[in-house]
Amino acid sequence: MVGIIGYGGYVPRYRITTKEIASVWNEDGERIANSLLVKEKSVPGLDEDTVTISVEAAKNAIRVANLDPEKIGAIYIGSESHPYVVKSSAAIVAETLGVTPFVMAADLEFACKAGTAGMQMCMGLVKSKMVDYGMAIGADTAQGRPNDALEYTAAAGGAAFIIGEKNTLADINHTCTFTTDTPDFWRREGEEFPRHAGRFTGEPAYFRHTLAAALKLMEEAGTKVGDYDYFVPHQPNGKFPLKLAKKLEIPKEKVMPGLVVTHIGNTYSASSPLGLVSVLDQAKPGDRILMLSYGSGSGSDAFDITVTDGITKARKNAVPLKRYLNDTERISYGVYAKFRKKIKGI
Amino acid sequence: MTGVSIIGVGMTKFGERWDKGLRDLMAEAGVKAILDAGVDGPDIDAVYGGCMSAGRLTGQEHIGALIADQSGLNPIPATRVEAACASGGLALREAILDIRAGEHDIVIAGGVEKMSDVAISQVATTLGGAADFEWESNFGATFPALYALLARRHMHEYATTEEQMAAVAVKNHKNGALNPYAQYQYKVTVEQVMNSAPVAEPLKLLDCSPVTDGAAAVILARNEVAKKYTDTPIKIISTAQASDALSLHDRASLTELKATQFAAKQAFEKAKLKPKDIDIAEVHDCFTIAEILAIEDLGFFKKGMGGKATVDGLTKRGGRVSVNTSGGLKACGHPVGATGIKQAVEVAWQLRGDAGKRQVDCEIGLTHNVGGTGATCVIHIMSR
Repeated sequence: MVGIIGYGGYVPRYRITTKEIASVWNEDGERIANSLLVKEKSVPGLDEDTVTISVEAAKNAIRVANLDPEKIGAIYIGSESHPYVVKSSAAIVAETLGVTPFVMAADLEFACKAGTAGMQMCMGLVKSKMVDYGMAIGADTAQGRPNDALEYTAAAGGAAFIIGEKNTLADINHTCTFTTDTPDFWRREGEEFPRHAGRFTGEPAYFRHTLAAALKLMEEAGTKVGDYDYFVPHQPNGKFPLKLAKKLEIPKEKVMPGLVVTHIGNTYSASSPLGLVSVLDQAKPGDRILMLSYGSGSGSDAFDITVTDGITKARKNAVPLKRYLNDTERISYGVYAKFRKKIKGI
Repeated sequence: MTGVSIIGVGMTKFGERWDKGLRDLMAEAGVKAILDAGVDGPDIDAVYGGCMSAGRLTGQEHIGALIADQSGLNPIPATRVEAACASGGLALREAILDIRAGEHDIVIAGGVEKMSDVAISQVATTLGGAADFEWESNFGATFPALYALLARRHMHEYATTEEQMAAVAVKNHKNGALNPYAQYQYKVTVEQVMNSAPVAEPLKLLDCSPVTDGAAAVILARNEVAKKYTDTPIKIISTAQASDALSLHDRASLTELKATQFAAKQAFEKAKLKPKDIDIAEVHDCFTIAEILAIEDLGFFKKGMGGKATVDGLTKRGGRVSVNTSGGLKACGHPVGATGIKQAVEVAWQLRGDAGKRQVDCEIGLTHNVGGTGATCVIHIMSR
C-alpha cells in the first residue's frame, strides 16, 4: 500500500514570545497567549527561507527512509513564502539533495495546505507507477503584518515526507479533499503581507472545510472517530484544533501529541505536517492517525493513516522534532524585526 | 382612535450568519411573520423596514423597495426607516401610525442588519455615524467610549460599580441561554465579565453587545381586522418617540437619557399606566450601563438604583419587572436595524405564552429602543 517511507521536520531555533510582541503594541500578552494558546512562535534566521528549511526537513526524511536520493522521481514543495515568485524552490532543493536531473519538480501554493496537496500528488504518481518515490514538502516563513492578529502566530518551519509503496513506516489508507471558493485569507501579487477577513476565517472557513473533509474521509474509508488514536488537524493557533476536536468528539489526549503550535506558532504549509512528524516520533505500530490540513481560499485535505511495523526501525534514523522544539533562543522584537526585514531604511 | 394589534411575528436566528445575506435574512423573518399571522400576500397593504446602514455594511441601499421585491409584495408601498439603533422601533411606530391614520389595514414592520460582511473596523466606523459624527466620531470616540463616559459618570454620581454592571450581562446571558434565537446561548459569571478584555474602561468585552446579523418582522392590523386572523392579538396600547442631542457634550446630564424619560412619560400617560404596571420589558442594553440607565429612566427604579436592583434580582425573569427575557442586545445579539422589532417579537411571544423555557407570567409588556447614545428613543407598550 502507498504510504510514508521517510519523514522529517525542521523548525528554526529562534523564538519570540507572544508577550514580547504584545508589549510593543500595548496589548495584554498573557491574555492573548491564553486566548490563542500560543506562548511563542518560531522565527527564521536572516539566512533562512523556505528553501533552506525544506532542505533541512528533506535531509531528515531521506535519513529515515535510508534511500538513495536519486531514486526520488518527483519533488513538490508547498509554501506561501517561496523565495522567488518565478524560479522554482523545488529545483533548488532537488539539486541540493542530489535528486536531479531526472525528477518531476514544482512549487505548489494553496495557502496552508499545499504541503499535503503535494503528498496527494506523490501518492497518485506512486500508485500509477509513474515514479517509485515522491517527496512532498510543506514549508513556510509566514508573513504577518506588524500589529495584525497574525503577527502573534505567523511562524516558520518545514516538514518533508517521502511517499512510496515498499517498506512504508505508515500506510496512507485513504485521502480526500473538500474545496470551495471561500476568500477568508489572501495575499495578492506584489503585496508583502496577507490580508484576512477576521472572524470569517473561523466557522465558514477553517471549521466548515476541515469538518466536511473529515466526515467525507470517514464515510469513504468506513471508519469512525473512535478508530483513530491520534488527531492531527491544521493548527493556526491552539484554540481551533481543540474546538475542532470537540466538534468531532475527539478527546484532547489524542490531539496534544500532535499539537505543536503552542510552542512554535503557525508554520502554515508545515502546520499539520509538523504535527504528523511529532506523532510519528511517538506512535506505535498499528496506531491510526486522522490528519486534516487546511488551506485558506479554501480547502482541507484529510488523511487516514496507519502506522506500520516499519516505524520502529525507521525511527532509529530520525531527528526527533523535540530537538528543534527544545533547542531554542529567544529574541527581542527588535531582533525579530531585523530578521523578518521589517526595519526599513538600512 | 383606531386600535392596532400585532397578529404575527417572526425572526431569524441572530448571530454570525455567514451563510445568509441581507435579503435572505429579511425574507426569512418576513415569511415567518406572515405564516405566523396566517395572512395572504395580497392582504398586506404596506411595509416599513428598519435598517441602519445596509449601504455601508453591504453596499445595498433602497431597502424599502428591496423588501417588497424580495417578499413578492410589489406593488404595495414600502418605506425604509432609519434612526440608527432605533430604526426597528421606529419602523414599528411608523407602521402603527399608518394604520391609525386609516390609510391601511394590514402592515408589516420589519428590521434587518447584515453586519458581518465587512471588517470590524468598518462596522465600528459605521456605528459611529449614530453619534455626532463631526464632534464625536470624527475625533475618535467609538460607541463603547461614549457609553464608557456615561458609565464613569454614573459610577461617580451614584457609586454604581463594575460588578453591578457585570450583573446585567450575567442576567441577560442567563436569559439568552434559554432563547434558541439568541447569538450567545450560554451563561457567564460576574468573574468572567470582570476578567474580560477591556474595551473602553470601565466597559469590558462582556459589557458590550456584539456585532450581529439578523432580521425580525411583525404583522400589524387594525383591531377589527386582527380578529379575523387570530384569537390572541397583542394590542399596541401606546407608542411614543422622543429626540435629544446627538452628542453627549450637548446634554445637561450624563446619567440620564432625556429621550427615554420623555418617551416613557408619554407612553405611560397615553396607556394610562404606571411603570409598576409593566410585567416584562425589552430594554436597549447595547452596553450593560445602558440597561441600568434604561430601567431608571423608564421609572422602574429610582435614579442611581438600577445597578443595585439588578444585583438584587429585581429585573430577572419573574422579578419585579422581567427585563430582557430574550437575552437583550447583550446575549440575543444586536443587528442594529432589527433590534427594535426583535424586542416587539419577544414581548409578543411572552404575552401570547409562546416564549418556551424563558416564559414568564405577564399581562403588559414594554419595548425600549434607543438610537445612538440616546438621541432617539422609541417606546411601545403592549398587552394581551
